[in-house]
Amino acid sequence: MARAATTTDAFNAIAEPRRRQILDVLAGGERPVNDLVAQVGLTQPQVSKHLRVLRDVGAVEVRDDGRRRLYRVNGEALKPIHDWVKSYERTWSDRFDQLDLVLDELKQKEDGR
Amino acid sequence: MTTSSSPATVTLPTDEQILITRDFDAPRHLVFDAFTTPELVRRWWHANRGEMTVCEIDLQVGGRWRYVMVTPDGFEVGFHGEYRKVVPNELIVSTETYEGIPEGVSEEDGTTVNTATFAETDGRTTLTLLVQAPNRVSRDAIIESGMEDGLQDALSLLEQTARSLG
Repeated sequence: MARAATTTDAFNAIAEPRRRQILDVLAGGERPVNDLVAQVGLTQPQVSKHLRVLRDVGAVEVRDDGRRRLYRVNGEALKPIHDWVKSYERTWSDRFDQLDLVLDELKQKEDGR
Repeated sequence: MTTSSSPATVTLPTDEQILITRDFDAPRHLVFDAFTTPELVRRWWHANRGEMTVCEIDLQVGGRWRYVMVTPDGFEVGFHGEYRKVVPNELIVSTETYEGIPEGVSEEDGTTVNTATFAETDGRTTLTLLVQAPNRVSRDAIIESGMEDGLQDALSLLEQTARSLG
């Protein structure tokens, strides 16, 4: 995990499960760090560390709102990565949809015995 | 039309891994057969992107396998490897090398170790495919190869998020 904190690649920054969890929460809208701490179940220093990694790769943006700092997802930065995984997922889904057809046939053969 | 059609899910557990999971409405001995019988593999592995011209499977430890597919525009892609562990109906561990490795990339860097696990519950089978790449660059290249059809999910969650944030 120590290594993950030093990553500068957006792809790896969001591949880390805890950071994906943080992004999921932020997908619902802007949040101060305390909200994230409550929802993700990590300590504030841990959440802050993850937020720093996400900010470094542009996945998350921050703005000051009075005394609070509000974090939000930068959807534009994440979209290519999201598409990247989705497309790979689609290839496997198409492959497995064909496999379903083969399995249907095998099941029928077995039932017919 | 089958009722079990569910999308495969892809996650990235570590910098070097890809995990693909899918449920099938069939007992695992059938999923295992469909996975390891050349005549059957020929019917699904192409993912509708071409035709398999080679499908060789020598399912035993140390045995080799090789798949080649040709796309409609004549592009040929080949993969081969060796079986490292075989537990019938349960588990297959094998190496996989892409035959189109760019020049300058070592065979070692182009080879992954794949673990296929077949788990059955109530007559349904969960297949998990863990792809262990030698390093992150290699892992990313594999994912990138999935971009061939380049389609974009217009209504992806993240896009919606971006829009809602203006």
